[in-house]
Amino acid sequence: MCQVTQVIKVPLQLNSNNLGKLIFQWLDHIFNLVFGAKLNPLCHLGALGFLLFWIIVISGIYLYTMLDTSVAGAYQSINDLSLKQRYLGGLLRSLHHYAADSFIVVMVIHLIREWVFGHYQGFRRFSWLTGVPLILFSFACGIGGFWISWDQLGQFSAQATAEWLDAIPLFASPLTRNFLSINTVSDRLFSLFVFIHLGLPLLLLFGLWFHIQRISFANIFPPRTLSASILATLFALALLSPAQSHPPADLAFIPTTLTIDWILLFSHPLMYVTSPVFLWGLLVSILAILLLLPFLPRRNVPPIAKVDPSNCNGCRRCFNDCPYAAITMLSHPHHRIAKQMAMVDPDLCASCGICVGACPSSTPFRSVAELVTGIDLPHSPITHLRAQLQKSLAHTEKAPRIVVFGCDHGVRVDTLRDPDICAFSLTCIGMLPPSFIEYALRDGASAVLISGCQSTACEFRLGQRWTENRILGTREPAFRNSAFHVNKIQVSWANVGEEETLRAAIEELKKNIGFFEKFIPPSEIT
Amino acid sequence: MLYGVFAIFIGVFSQWPTYQVLTPNQAIIKLSFSHHGKPISDCEKSTDSQLAKLPPNMRAPIRCPRERSPVNIELSVDGTITYQHAALPAGLSRDGASAVYHRMVVNAGPHRILARLNDDIRKPDLYQSRDEVITLDPGQILVIDFDSTKGGVTFQ
Repeated sequence: MCQVTQVIKVPLQLNSNNLGKLIFQWLDHIFNLVFGAKLNPLCHLGALGFLLFWIIVISGIYLYTMLDTSVAGAYQSINDLSLKQRYLGGLLRSLHHYAADSFIVVMVIHLIREWVFGHYQGFRRFSWLTGVPLILFSFACGIGGFWISWDQLGQFSAQATAEWLDAIPLFASPLTRNFLSINTVSDRLFSLFVFIHLGLPLLLLFGLWFHIQRISFANIFPPRTLSASILATLFALALLSPAQSHPPADLAFIPTTLTIDWILLFSHPLMYVTSPVFLWGLLVSILAILLLLPFLPRRNVPPIAKVDPSNCNGCRRCFNDCPYAAITMLSHPHHRIAKQMAMVDPDLCASCGICVGACPSSTPFRSVAELVTGIDLPHSPITHLRAQLQKSLAHTEKAPRIVVFGCDHGVRVDTLRDPDICAFSLTCIGMLPPSFIEYALRDGASAVLISGCQSTACEFRLGQRWTENRILGTREPAFRNSAFHVNKIQVSWANVGEEETLRAAIEELKKNIGFFEKFIPPSEIT
Repeated sequence: MLYGVFAIFIGVFSQWPTYQVLTPNQAIIKLSFSHHGKPISDCEKSTDSQLAKLPPNMRAPIRCPRERSPVNIELSVDGTITYQHAALPAGLSRDGASAVYHRMVVNAGPHRILARLNDDIRKPDLYQSRDEVITLDPGQILVIDFDSTKGGVTFQ
């Protein structure tokens, strides 16, 4: 009877993130049902952030051309957009406002999601640490935008921000003195507002570029359907609830009530309920926690991929496929074998094994007792997978024999306890060379089912995508004879908790095998 | 539908709930100044022997201390001292301006406001002050500043 074989077992780390992870996995499931796996917004948060950033920039360019940057003219120029250009300037102003709010919301969800999934340690440390300052830039950009319209809300925000900054003795003269009377608010100060609101987004853009540097094939644009839907949603919101100015700023008076943008300006009421020092303390504490998270001790750190120079021919497939740009090519020490050889950067390697799946030497058809490949995971070598596959198929008597390859982060293949199923769970499905599928079929499997995380939800970003491309023959390594495998291979992508999807795929596969074998004698099946 | 939920979330929390900055019968007093205190001691004339010890380019006949006096400020509203502070001069050599900013919420209506300021440590009992009854409208901001060109403490 086949037993479930787990090539590498990663102990479950019980910590406070698990509840958050469960919540996100449940949300992923719901959103996949509503949007489809490829259009799930929760799997495109980073890309949505970029999209919203560009919406803000493009709408902001028009607003800036209409802006009078003097103290006397700023309010009227912005208000005229809403009053005299309702369906152009007013619409773009509202779009600018709501895109900024959406950017903050998406950024916060992105932060929480990466946190609960533990994506802040090891090879992800750089991405996490470069992302933290972007939170500050984002809020600073958004808050500064309110000042430019110089209405009562802008006045309130500017004065509150000045009071907060004055709590630390940075400046020789308190910033609040700039807002004591109409005589102290000068055109020069206003130019500074505009400079901040233009300069900080440039810094934010640079920071965003820096943030994705250690990620291959970074997803910076959501799928077209998702982009169009978000854009349409923001346009509809801008039409139905256009952004409007408060009455003009008057430094001699303060309004008793304000319609405040809580998403961007929540810090001001918080400061007045507590104190500027409390707000500083809160900010420093949050930043300290976020910046120290990557340096917490890690448990069960798997070893990085290791290159075997004797079996590496410098074909660059691992270099092309690595999701975290952890592989570089350098001069091969044995020039008779090849000109180049792969080298793994220990700081960047995720130990996912996608490189193993890409390596042409990882084929089980090689007639060697111990299958040593060009690049391998020391704790989960490919030779073990071949040995376990051979052993499982040899011990399975009941037909049809279904081999299931899954991964540790997708749907749990260990829930399949049928006697006719041999299940293997890899670190990432991208670790599976397509030749192993052919090998399984040659060694007696009636069919092979490939499973793993849903598209866009792969724990290592590209494992599912590369595996699908390899099976379809659009990415090397591919099958040796793809026409042969029709009806014998099925792919079923499912997340944790979606075991029923896996079962349904197996049942369908069994029906296909039965149909196929009914009309073609088994003797003719090769 | 979920796009609609997202839009509603953004649309609602970008403008609701309304934030109450002040109750309808409140006003604000802002006490703020940036003022250089007097030097902490008198200037002294250098003796010939002291000048001889200095390089030729540094032989100033009169030596004045850089350090300034802290500026003591006291604010009373309706006879009650509501704020007292000694603002130290800025800078490593304590030769910069002393700055204060204090915001307080008061009830609207008439108030007797007394602001006293001392900027000379050599004369601790000498205060520049202003004492007035001011009627504050709801939401009004009264700024108490110091401007030596306008007679000292100002209410605006």
